[in-house]
Amino acid sequence: MNALRTTEALLYLDDVHRSFDGFKAINGLSFAMKSGELRAVIGPNGAGKTTMMDIITGKTRPDTGTVLWDGSVDLTREDEADTARLGIGRKFQKPTVFETHSVEDNLLLALKDDRGVLATLFARTSKAQAARLDELLALVRLSDRRKDLAANLSHGQKQWLEIGMLLAQDPKLLLVDEPAAGMTDDETMRTADLLKDIAGAHAVVVVEHDMEFVKALGCRVTVLHQGSVLAEGSLEHVSADPRVVEVYLGR
Amino acid sequence: MLSRLLDPRTAIFMAIMAALTIGVPVLNGAGLLPDYLVPLLGKWLCYAILAVALDLVWGYAGILSLGHGAFFALGGYAMGMHLMREIGPRGVYGDPILPDFMVFLNWKELPWFWLGFDSFPFALLMAMLVPGLLAFVFGWLAFRSRVTGVYLSIITQAMTYALYLSFFRNEMGFGGNNGLTDFKDVLGFDLQSGSTRAGLFVLSAVLLMLTVLVCRAVVTSKAGKVLVAVRDAESRTRFLGYRVEGYKLFVFVLSAVIAGLAGALYTPQVGIINPSEFAPAESIMVVIWVAIGGRGTLIGAALGAVLVAAMESWLTGVAPELWLFALGAMFVLVTLFLPKGVLGLFGAGNLPAFAKRSEVPA
Ligand SMILES: Nc1ncnc2c1ncn2[C@@H]1O[C@H](COP(=O)(O)OP(=O)(O)OP(=O)(O)O)[C@@H](O)[C@H]1O
Ligand SMILES: [Mg+2]
Repeated sequence: MNALRTTEALLYLDDVHRSFDGFKAINGLSFAMKSGELRAVIGPNGAGKTTMMDIITGKTRPDTGTVLWDGSVDLTREDEADTARLGIGRKFQKPTVFETHSVEDNLLLALKDDRGVLATLFARTSKAQAARLDELLALVRLSDRRKDLAANLSHGQKQWLEIGMLLAQDPKLLLVDEPAAGMTDDETMRTADLLKDIAGAHAVVVVEHDMEFVKALGCRVTVLHQGSVLAEGSLEHVSADPRVVEVYLGR
Repeated sequence: MLSRLLDPRTAIFMAIMAALTIGVPVLNGAGLLPDYLVPLLGKWLCYAILAVALDLVWGYAGILSLGHGAFFALGGYAMGMHLMREIGPRGVYGDPILPDFMVFLNWKELPWFWLGFDSFPFALLMAMLVPGLLAFVFGWLAFRSRVTGVYLSIITQAMTYALYLSFFRNEMGFGGNNGLTDFKDVLGFDLQSGSTRAGLFVLSAVLLMLTVLVCRAVVTSKAGKVLVAVRDAESRTRFLGYRVEGYKLFVFVLSAVIAGLAGALYTPQVGIINPSEFAPAESIMVVIWVAIGGRGTLIGAALGAVLVAAMESWLTGVAPELWLFALGAMFVLVTLFLPKGVLGLFGAGNLPAFAKRSEVPA
């Protein structure tokens, strides 16, 4: 293991394997992220993008390989709640918000705070928290919907609410799976801007199929294919790579 | 704080309960309410408490327990054991220590697990502790292994069924098939006297009100919001950093303790506790009460329990063969036409609606 990389990287995956019933969904995947970095991950359907996020967040255990957080924490031993507490926030491919809660309560539940049963039983929303909620609502443009049930939001608004919930957690790393799906062009570009704003203060991994969106992010791109990295670099660099072209066009 | 606990409907419910708490004993004392009705009403209130306890776990945390009758029955047995020991030498066989059924079985001394039950506080403690402990062990194993949905429901049925079979056995030491009965008095008060019965009714009413308040406090807290989050999207809740199993365990145990207390008040009012209380169908009945009354509302559950129990008492009197059909019809009609239960008829559409389960994809 490269000692320098492991200490420097916020997230470090090395030679990770995971198969489902003999199918190698993740096959020798290596991947590293610095604090504050913005990274796009692309790849055809079934390339293993979501599974990679599952592994990072402790939802899926790798068969073999190293998954290190902050150079020291072995993420393969942690579950979803642990990784969230370590500072990894995740937005799902299919937007998942708490439908029967108001928009405001969705954010309140996500807000960084003590997650224990006793603490929440007696919790009161502090002034600082209320102010932070206002801020987040404005940021995701849902201020006028704060009392509405999340179930009544449009698809795009749910995506934004979920991004808001991610930010409320104030994680060190955000894993954002296909945020632009179901959004209008305008919303898509606003989402790209939002993610660019977030990066720097937080590391962000964005999985996306929409190339316009990836271009708008203007960041380093990792191409996954059949469970491992096919190419990595700027968007121009990877799109010039004949293997990448073949993977995308050859299907 | 109080305004948080008492939303308009809960406030109305409390007012009605307060009126009953005073009204029933007064009317009975004045000869306007027949004696037999007092323990019957008390019994229905015990059912109502059990229903509220189930609604806490099912309506809010999405845990469909089909074994809550077991917690209720365990509480009932704990109190029954105390009442048996209170009989003392007044039993048929006149043994100062051993309950009649033990003398009949030729037992020479009290089994160890009957020790201490001569004390009322101890029995009351056990009525909470035993169901609570069972719920803790069961929940700890099930929730930690992430058993959910229909699988969880099935193992709760298995739990109550196993207890059902065990309590039938004479060797278990709980009176077998006949259970525990022929109680004489509690804390020196004659169980047959009108004033004791009125007292037990008042206690049941007070416990129901307290239960609703405690459950309201839980569901209106941030922890309550976490429970609803678990119900709607369990894995999303985990990814926010909440230990879902801890929250489930907390409400499950709390609910079991409440159910145990309800059982403890039930036994002296009906005068008997036997293994039939553990029957899987009894636990399913509790779910029907909650569904008919209105899931996820607490007071709807209480309403459903009383409505159905009253209907059962009445129909099994006039046309027993119709009861199961009537119950089935009621259940179907409510499901089809009153998705929010009977309580949904009473205004305020601000219930947490039940959206389709939106679970996180694999
Ligand atoms: N829990 C699982 N059980 C079985 N197979 C799985 C599981 N999770 C993922 N897979 C398989 O692993 C492969 C990679 O899936 P993954 O969801 O990671 O792809 P993806 O890159 O996110 O694709 P998409 O762009 O369609 O979202 C797929 O063939 C999928 O069927
Ligand atoms: Mg995916």
